[in-house]
Amino acid sequence: MGEIVLSEVRKSFGGVSIIQGIDLVIPEGEFVVFVGPSGCGKSTLLRLIAGLEDTSSGTISIDGKDATKLPPAKRGLAMVFQSYALYPHMSVRKNIAFPLRMAGLPAEEQQRKVEAAAKVLNLTPYLDRKPSQLSGGQRQRVAIGRAIVREPAAFLFDEPLSNLDAALRVSMRQEISELHHTLKTTMVYVTHDQVEAMTMADRIVVLNAGRIEQVGSPLELYRSPANLFVAGFIGSPKMNLIEGAEAAKHGAHTLGVRPEHIDIAEDGPWKGMVGLCEHLGSDTFLKVEVEGVGQINVRVGGDVPLRHGASVSLRPQADKLHRFDAAGKAMA
Amino acid sequence: MATQASRIAGRLMLSPAVLLLFLWMIVPLGMTIYFSFLRFNLLMPGTEEFTGFENYSYFFTDPAFWPALVNTLTLVLGVLVITVVGGIALAVLLDQPMWGQGIVRILVIAPFFVMPSVSALVWKNMLMNPVNGLFAALARALGLQPIDFFASAPLASITAIVAWQWLPFATLILFTAMQSLDREQMEAAEMDGAGPIWRFVHLTVPHLMRAMTVVVLIQTIFLLSVFAEILVTTNGGPGTASTTLTFLVYMQSMLQFDVGLGSAGGIVAVILANIVAIFLMRMIGKNLEA
Repeated sequence: MGEIVLSEVRKSFGGVSIIQGIDLVIPEGEFVVFVGPSGCGKSTLLRLIAGLEDTSSGTISIDGKDATKLPPAKRGLAMVFQSYALYPHMSVRKNIAFPLRMAGLPAEEQQRKVEAAAKVLNLTPYLDRKPSQLSGGQRQRVAIGRAIVREPAAFLFDEPLSNLDAALRVSMRQEISELHHTLKTTMVYVTHDQVEAMTMADRIVVLNAGRIEQVGSPLELYRSPANLFVAGFIGSPKMNLIEGAEAAKHGAHTLGVRPEHIDIAEDGPWKGMVGLCEHLGSDTFLKVEVEGVGQINVRVGGDVPLRHGASVSLRPQADKLHRFDAAGKAMA
Repeated sequence: MATQASRIAGRLMLSPAVLLLFLWMIVPLGMTIYFSFLRFNLLMPGTEEFTGFENYSYFFTDPAFWPALVNTLTLVLGVLVITVVGGIALAVLLDQPMWGQGIVRILVIAPFFVMPSVSALVWKNMLMNPVNGLFAALARALGLQPIDFFASAPLASITAIVAWQWLPFATLILFTAMQSLDREQMEAAEMDGAGPIWRFVHLTVPHLMRAMTVVVLIQTIFLLSVFAEILVTTNGGPGTASTTLTFLVYMQSMLQFDVGLGSAGGIVAVILANIVAIFLMRMIGKNLEA
């Protein structure tokens, strides 16, 4: 239950090609996150899987059956939308029961499943309220509840947390991860936030301009990005990408080094002056103007007493350097 | 409007407009009430005198009163049903992507711009006329006996004409409301297994409730005073078959020159309109709350 296979999936809108040939296998029970900048086609890809858009070519199969031409309701998938898409005139109970009602389940069974879902999601006290009387996080949970009562083959999430405030986003993120561990159902999750991708995913699919840039576990992508795009996209703060003479010294066109892999050392090879200095308590983010290299972001411990204008020497950790060729591909 | 001074200044600046509107309303109403208690016939000048509720008792005992009341309510209700149902149907159709959408939308709105008397004349002479009308020609082409609409079904014919005029208004309001329906809700319902009919019943119709309320309230105000269509087509006849309260008031004050009786009828019509308004607000007013 819940394996999704995409092969050579393409989608264009009036001559503009949005999805340019995607091959992807999502095994059963996996939490896959599609991540990429806005306009990269990640939401379109999710809508193609859901059946809300027709593919221009290629096939989508769910549980080994070709689902390319199936209408959304027949695919056995449930989707949670960015705006939650709750039915505003129905109570929470009716919202959650709606898919069951459409499936023609007997009333007492509907009742039982709604109560069970509400219990899992801590919605029991709110069952008779209207969506407009709920907070953002509660609405989100109702949307998830409406998805889980159907016991779908897979869940699709379309940027579900982007309308929530920062604190709520962190707790909802954890709730969704918990839910995945409890249900063990395939989940496909779309986000532009790489922190969400890193923290939740079993596997991340990095998309750019309608193509897959790299597929891998969060740590794989962090440790060995396949190209410059992935290197720049995954990790926060961003990886420093250095071109020119300094890169040539290491035999690469572009040299990548993450801010957390640069140490402050008296005898370091890079000498420069501290510009912006952000003290977060746990960490300190420095922007250092290094002669002959350019501006370098550095992440150091929270108790570094550096100020704007101080001189500093830096040493990148030799085994954590990433080298990229002229085409932007990672070099072995 | 934060400080005491700015609140007072605001009220001062608002008061001329409010005063003017108040006079605009109260002077005609006051004069009508005053006339309704007078014996006041234009054919007998100089005989005006106070008669108490005599005009009202004449108006209520007029043999045309009850038919007129029933006709008024039938007309209003009939037009409301046709325009709301037809308006929703047209709004659904207009919402579909199609070629020439802009022109079709303008065509649908067009009848609203035609003056009531003109559209009534067009319907009377070009469409419903039993000799020269288009409908009669159609009936003859099918080998049927042409129907004399205004003789055999006068009120229904007038209802059709008025509904034709008000359908664009209802369509416009409902279509605008339809466009604000959240696409994601529709898609969610599609994924939840709801077919087009269930989506219409469970999402579109509840979403349109507020717009329907607006249509019903506004149209009721105007439909209670339908006049030109009756004057131009049936003149209230045959008999009292298409006489409404508005038309009855007109006949008494303008054809019988009895201003007192006409004024009494006018006040009755005002009270009736208020009763209808209270009922409507009770029934559907809650839809207007956010």
